[in-house]
Formats: sequence, C-alpha cells, structure tokens
Amino acid sequence: MNLKGISIKVHDMSLRDGMHPKRHQITIEQMQSISRGLDAAGVPLIEVTHGDGLGGASVNYGFPAASDEEYLRAVIPGMKNAKISALLIPGIGTVDHLRMAADCGVHTIRVATHCTEADVSEQHISLSRKMGLDTVGFLMMAHMVEPETIVEQGLLMESYGANCIYVTDSAGYMLPDDVSARIAPLREKLKPETEIGFHGHHNLSMGISNSLAAIEAGARRIDGACGGLGAGAGNTPTEVFVAVCNRMGIETGVDVFKISDVAEDLIQPILDFQIRIDRNALVLGYAGVYSSFLLFAKRAEKRYGIPAREILLELGRRRMVGGQEDMIEDTALTMAKERKLLETA
Amino acid sequence: MKKIKCAIIGPGNIGTDLLYKLRRSKVLEPVWMVGVDPTSEGLARARELGLKTTDKGVDGMLPHVVADGVQIAFDATSAYVHKENSDKLNALGVMMIDLTPAAIGPYCVPPINLKQHAGKREMNVNMVTCGGQATIPMVYAVSRVQKVKYAEIIATVSSKSVGPGTRKNIDEFTRTTAGAVASIGGAAEGKALIVINPAEPPLIMRDTIHCLTVDAPKQAEIEKSVHEMIAEVQKYVPGYRLKNGPVFEDNRVTTFLEVEGLGDFLPKYAGNLDIMTASATRTAEMFAEEMLSGRLNLEPVAA
Repeated sequence: MNLKGISIKVHDMSLRDGMHPKRHQITIEQMQSISRGLDAAGVPLIEVTHGDGLGGASVNYGFPAASDEEYLRAVIPGMKNAKISALLIPGIGTVDHLRMAADCGVHTIRVATHCTEADVSEQHISLSRKMGLDTVGFLMMAHMVEPETIVEQGLLMESYGANCIYVTDSAGYMLPDDVSARIAPLREKLKPETEIGFHGHHNLSMGISNSLAAIEAGARRIDGACGGLGAGAGNTPTEVFVAVCNRMGIETGVDVFKISDVAEDLIQPILDFQIRIDRNALVLGYAGVYSSFLLFAKRAEKRYGIPAREILLELGRRRMVGGQEDMIEDTALTMAKERKLLETA
Repeated sequence: MKKIKCAIIGPGNIGTDLLYKLRRSKVLEPVWMVGVDPTSEGLARARELGLKTTDKGVDGMLPHVVADGVQIAFDATSAYVHKENSDKLNALGVMMIDLTPAAIGPYCVPPINLKQHAGKREMNVNMVTCGGQATIPMVYAVSRVQKVKYAEIIATVSSKSVGPGTRKNIDEFTRTTAGAVASIGGAAEGKALIVINPAEPPLIMRDTIHCLTVDAPKQAEIEKSVHEMIAEVQKYVPGYRLKNGPVFEDNRVTTFLEVEGLGDFLPKYAGNLDIMTASATRTAEMFAEEMLSGRLNLEPVAA
C-alpha cells in the first residue's frame, strides 16, 4: 500500500467517545489538561462533551460530570492551534444545543444519524452550515447497509450542506475491504470538494488497518482516540495510528512522542479499567453491535444474571441501533424471565 | 342514535386511519374529508366511503360547515397551516382537535386531562406527539403517587412509520414531548429522546419511561398505579402493553412498553401513529358525549 505524501487530518475522540468507558465522568480539569496536551502534540481537531454528543446527559446514557457548555467553555479558550468539535445526534440533541455550542466557539459540528436515516439531519446540518461551521455528516453503524445506501445517504447530507461525510464503524465490525467498498463509491459520487472521513472502533483490532484502507479509498479525515479511549475496545488509538502514518509517509502533523506522552501521562492514569478486547468487546465487533452498549450490558449482567455477551448477541440479532441503550435492561429482563431467574408478573 | 358530525383535514395516512376509527364510533360520524391535491388517494377513498370531499383546503369546506352540521374537526396536516385552519373553523363554532405539532391549544392526553378539557369547553386541543401520548400516562402514573423530580422518555419507532414532516423537524418532537412530559405528566423536569430503527420486519413502537422520584419510590403503590393506567389506555389502544417493569433502582422507576396499533389503515407496527389517531378519536368522543347530553353547546369564537 503506497500512501506516501498524502496529507490527512487526525480528529481525536478521547474526550467524547472516550467518555463512554469513563461513564461520562471525565472532569473539567482532566479535559483541559488532555486537550492542551493534544493541542501541543499537533492534533488539529479535538471532540469534547458527553459521549452521546450534545444533550446526551440523561438517565438513558448517563449524566456527565459537567454540562456540555461547561466542558466547551473550559476547553476552547485553552487551545493554541487545535480546533474543537462537537457531536450532535438528532433525536437526542437539538438546534438549541447547536447554537449553544457555536456560541462557545466550536469550529466543527458533526451531525450523526443511523446510516439509513440521514434525512433527520437536515435542520441541524443546514443550520450549522449557515452559521459558517465546518459541518460533518456522520453515518453510524455503516456496516449494516450496502455501499449504495451509504452513498445515497451521504449525498443527502451533502445536499443539506455537509462539507464532509463520515463512514462510521460504530460496532468495530468492518474489515478493510468493507471500508474501501463504502468509501470508494462515496469519493466517486460526492462533490470533489466534499471531504470523507472514517471513524473506527478497535473491537476486532482493525482500527488502524481500516483507517489505512479508508485513506487509500479517499478519506482524508481519520478519527482516533488518544490512549485507546472510546466505547467498546476503544477507537483507533491515535498515537499508534500516527506512528504508522509516519512510517508510511502519510502526513498528519502530529508528533509521535508527544502524543504517546499524552496517552501515557494523562490518559492512562484516569482509566477506571483497562480498555481492551475482552470477550464482550470482541462480541461487539464480531456480531456488529453498537460499541457504547458494552458497559450497560455488563451492568445488566450484574443485576439480572444474564451474561453480557448473551445480551449483546441478542441486541445484535434484534438489529438494535445506536441510542437504544434502554433496550439493554429491557432485553436482560426479558431473558431473565424466560430463564426463570425473575418472577413474572 | 344521533351522532356528532366531523371533518378530517388532511387525507394522508393519519387522516385515513382516523377516518376508519371514526366510522366505528357510536357518537361520531365523519362527513367531510379535506385535502389540497385533486389526485389524492385519501380523498378518493373518503369519497368511496360516502364522505364529501374538497381539494381546495379548508376554504373548500367552509361554505358547507353550518348546513352540514359539522361540529368537530381533526387537523392532520402540518403545524404551519394549523392556526389558520383552526381560526376559520372556530369562527363557525367547530371545535378543533389538533394532531399537528402546532400546539396552539392545551395538550390533551385522554386518561389524564380529557375530562377537564371537555368541562372547560376548549375549542382547540392538541394531541402532543406520538411519544407523548404513549409515555405521559406512565409519568403521570408515578407522579400521582409521589413527587417526580425528573422524567425522561425514550420512544423507538420504526423507520417506515416516520413521515417526512417529522423527519424535517425532529427537534419539534423532542421539545414538545419534553415539555408535555413535565407539564402534563407532572414531573418537575422532562426530557424526551427519539430513536428511529430501520429493522425489517419493522419493529413495533417501544417506549421506555424513566422517572426519578424525590423520595424513595413507594413500590407497591406505583405498581398498582401503573397497571391501572395501562388498563385506562388500553380502553382506546388495546395494543398498549407493559413489556417489563416497573423496575426500581434507588430513586429510579422505569417502565418498558410496547405499543401495537389496531391496523385500521396504518400497519400494526406503527403504534406510534395509531395512538395519535386513537387518542384523537377518544378525545372527540368525550366532547361528543358532552354535546349529545346537552352539557356542552359550542359557540362561534372570533379569531
């Protein structure tokens, strides 16, 4: 694979997707020191706020240590070169959140929908673009549909005003060929000036290989999370990805040693547990289940006595999509009743 | 037996499903279907079923309202035109049941406040949202037992049951539902989330309702209240079912529901749409019963 001389933009997720394994409890001070470290290492774009994006604070997804606005106002003024992005999932966040984030000074808004539901993003994408923000359409669980659908949905988001379209492997299910098969036709059909991005999860350890396949097929924005933070077994670890890019001559502008220091000195110490491909994270990638479901399934295992892996497999079988965290407890309850572990009413 | 004559504005899926439900009513009789497109299938269907129709919008029906004795109208169009429709019909003494998100009149969730509205002779009531109709009764079932400081609902609907109007303005759903979860459900604060799932075959509407109580939940009383409320809603939505819960964890009370539609015109999985037409029908029936008994006599209202 020869990708020498290609210049890409690294987008770090440790302070947004990384909120999942931290149960959204990263403190303001931790966000400030980590974002400054990433900025100093040369990361050009950093996402912050609740793991489920703006407005994610809820019983369903978890209440964070601070509000979206508090995080944004604490982080943005500390940036020397890096820009800050925020994620917005329609159905969770609204244009009111978008306006608040713009007022805080975010540079980028990423509007995320399930990969077949792009048309719920029109009001948010068009407003973001109208406000002059870097506007990204983010197609989640992109493994669940054929490449043609990704192209059709990406074109919709582009028509609303998105200047960048993401193929998002929320389940960490894709293999490099799956990534190429989706990004290459997108590159062909979108306007030449519309960028393409890839967001990976490391549940099958494919984060880096998939990101390289994405670059080869035309993606120029790649998501990683410093220190391997992120839902499931984490996102593509930024420091490892940057090191690989350096070896291959892909230009990221990120300093390998500085970013690996951030991973070691600032991220490792705040982890509640080692983020790794345990049997449950593995099954996310293996069966194609939304990575953020992991900790909820573990909690349900503890409470209802159904192994997390079996709950996750059942969620996959029922084709649950991102945001359906409520169905984890529901599924565990139903399985527990079926197994006579619970009294039935 | 005498029936109260009704008009349906908007011959789309919702309007047509409503027509099927009204035709079964003992106290309501649909007589007009109003549209704007002469080629509309919904208008043709209504004509076949013996209704008068117009493709000239509400203005096309206005000259006939008094002569045809229309007393209740349902608006199943869009928030943008609702106020105008409502003003024109209210001026002729026709009460309006609003299925759009316009919400110029008070919210109506039948098992909670329908009687109150009928007693107050409201000329325009709003049916909130599908998620609101499905979940607010459960919030109320907890808040009538003890104080709820926060209620959050998650409505999951099949992709096929979400029309272009809702998709273009999904924020309206979250905002309106959250507001009504608090004001009608009786929670100090409300939040609403909606998830659209494209699975095939389409999933039946699911709703999860989380309530955070101020004091430790009174489990037995809440359970009883929840079951009673479900029976109340089942009177007009037979497919309204408790799947799991109520679950109690610290101050959290969670109920998991499934809402299956009757399958009149809309498919059964679209319980989210069915609960809107069923609630609107239930609401109209209550007003109609008051009118038929002579307790309610509607008068023209200047806009």
